[in-house]
Amino acid sequence: MELIGLYREMLRARSYELAVEDLWHRGLIAGEMHLGTGEEAVAAGVVTLLGDGDGLALTHRCSPALVVRGVPIVPMLRELLGCEDGLCGGHGGHMHLFSREHMAATSGIVGASLPTAAGFALANRRLRANKVAVAFTGTGAMNSGMALETLNLAVAWSLPLIVVCIDNGWAITTASEAVTGGKLVDRARAFGLRSDSVDGRDVRAVHKAAGKLIDFSRRGKGPAFLLATCPRLDGHLLGDPLLRMARQPVAEGKSTFAKVISSATSRGGGGLKDRAGGMTRMMSVMAKARRGPTRERRGDPMLATRKAMKKNESERDRIDSEVAAEMESAVEIALADFGESADA
Amino acid sequence: MPDMTLGQAVDRAIEDAMARDDSIVLIGEDAPMLRAPLLARFGADRILAAPISESAFFGAAAGAAMAGLRPVVELYMVDFIAVAFDAVLNHIAKVERFSGGKWKAPLVIRAPSGGGYGDGGQHGQSLWGTLASIPGLTVVVASTPADAYGLMTTALGHDGPVIFMEPKLLSEKWLEFLGSGGRDTVTFDVPAEGAVGSVPKQPHTTPFGKAAVRREGGDVTIASVAVGVHRALEAAEKLHGSNVSCEVIDLRSLRPLDVETIVESVAKTGRLLVVDEDYREFGLAGELAAVCLEAGLSPRYARVCVEDTLPYARHLEDAALPNVDRIVEAATSLADA
Repeated sequence: MELIGLYREMLRARSYELAVEDLWHRGLIAGEMHLGTGEEAVAAGVVTLLGDGDGLALTHRCSPALVVRGVPIVPMLRELLGCEDGLCGGHGGHMHLFSREHMAATSGIVGASLPTAAGFALANRRLRANKVAVAFTGTGAMNSGMALETLNLAVAWSLPLIVVCIDNGWAITTASEAVTGGKLVDRARAFGLRSDSVDGRDVRAVHKAAGKLIDFSRRGKGPAFLLATCPRLDGHLLGDPLLRMARQPVAEGKSTFAKVISSATSRGGGGLKDRAGGMTRMMSVMAKARRGPTRERRGDPMLATRKAMKKNESERDRIDSEVAAEMESAVEIALADFGESADA
Repeated sequence: MPDMTLGQAVDRAIEDAMARDDSIVLIGEDAPMLRAPLLARFGADRILAAPISESAFFGAAAGAAMAGLRPVVELYMVDFIAVAFDAVLNHIAKVERFSGGKWKAPLVIRAPSGGGYGDGGQHGQSLWGTLASIPGLTVVVASTPADAYGLMTTALGHDGPVIFMEPKLLSEKWLEFLGSGGRDTVTFDVPAEGAVGSVPKQPHTTPFGKAAVRREGGDVTIASVAVGVHRALEAAEKLHGSNVSCEVIDLRSLRPLDVETIVESVAKTGRLLVVDEDYREFGLAGELAAVCLEAGLSPRYARVCVEDTLPYARHLEDAALPNVDRIVEAATSLADA
């Protein structure tokens, strides 16, 4: 696919997430909300390679892949709004979105996308010639037993499974590297999967690398693993306390810092070294969160992709306005019986 | 007696116990951030950041407990215990019996539970019925800050494995973290007495296997735990207006279960209504009916429980969880009969 098409899908995914963010802040969406902002190049690069019959198993950060896969926007939004005519009748919500027509399933249990996709792959091998299944996952999940077991299972059964692991540097609010042994690509390779890594901000590079691996699996050569590095632009979830504290330490962190200081100076407990070590560890997490990229700044894959299309500005502008119109209209339809308009 | 939130009371109980007992270590995902004050006081040897590897760190906690440590193992939510269920069911629960009583595994699983904030059926379950059915485990559920402190303190001195359930709807920190952080456009139906309350300054314990009668009454016994207790109390107040007198029992501990208090109350009222945020079938509601039958009682009986996978949409979830209207209706028809 040409860059222009990939850009369109990235923008659709980003615009959807921004619409969801707004609805969440307005209190119209319940519960947790994990935005996939920053993952657009991975979603567009990989999911545009899938078609009818290919399976897709996703995580709590599922929207970009579902949008790119072509799951209709209005029912997805209606689901998040808790409507009976939502994608899952209001029963699933954003961590449990299911679209049978797209063989796309989401789980809020970390690691669960791998075995589910392995099952899609198993069924595809028997029922649908040359069809594959893709599992999206994160680095945190790659330490779960079910993920590790699936790597082995996929090789043992030579499944047409492609695991796309998004490395945004975080396992919830813990730095992934602090709780992960070795390198994940080496790990997958050691199980016998064809493995590669890619800059997950570069949509053309993702498309190319994923294309090779998916093609490999489609030809019945077995499972593959792709590690794609990209930023997590909006924390683990909307309202992420770590991000709020890191970005506004005075307003948001005051009570936590007060508790930390009070504990650190309480009698009983560790020696000076333990206490200093503990404080340092906490501060390093804060510093990492503070350093992280933000939207529309350097490191945001949308910016780099826009820049890459500089020679084609008129085309880019056309896509921008088409996607904006698509999302505005979807939000308006989704909110039709809420007594609120899209720009309320 | 300072006021604190239920979550703060649990944190305080753990911190106080860790200062007394060097063998206590805390294991959990994101522990350095979630338990930053403890990390700053006790250091990284005792506050252990876990990878998202529940089956491994639960199994490891069992081994560590057998070998002399007293781990507190934290889950983000009790739903995720499923990922570590082998360690809980086949190992943690069985060490003492398998060793002929010679070897114990003193550990505490801290498990936030329940829904009411629109997070869907993988994040709002209660599951205490499932867990309390397993011999070898102690399962306690706090419904007030004082009990949260007391039950956690008892758990941290207990010589076997304890599952400590902390209702998320009563825990300000969890709601902030899960449902409202960064926005003030949503509200939750939080029972005030459960969420904030006075906790004695001096360390205290709350015994296992001892229910609390939260309201005395003569017509209907309502037994519950967690948020259900507060819903039952609100319903009892309404029912009082229509001349139905309810006794509300907060079980606090499901295994061991305070059979005596239940039986005594039901013998008096002749009617039992179980209010349970957990699943209706094969759980607490059936168990309470059974202990009454075993005691030779045959009360009129009803149950208001969760009957299906919890829905995501708030209005559907509110209807699926035991709410005051459902309790009033069930108690009224029991009292009429």
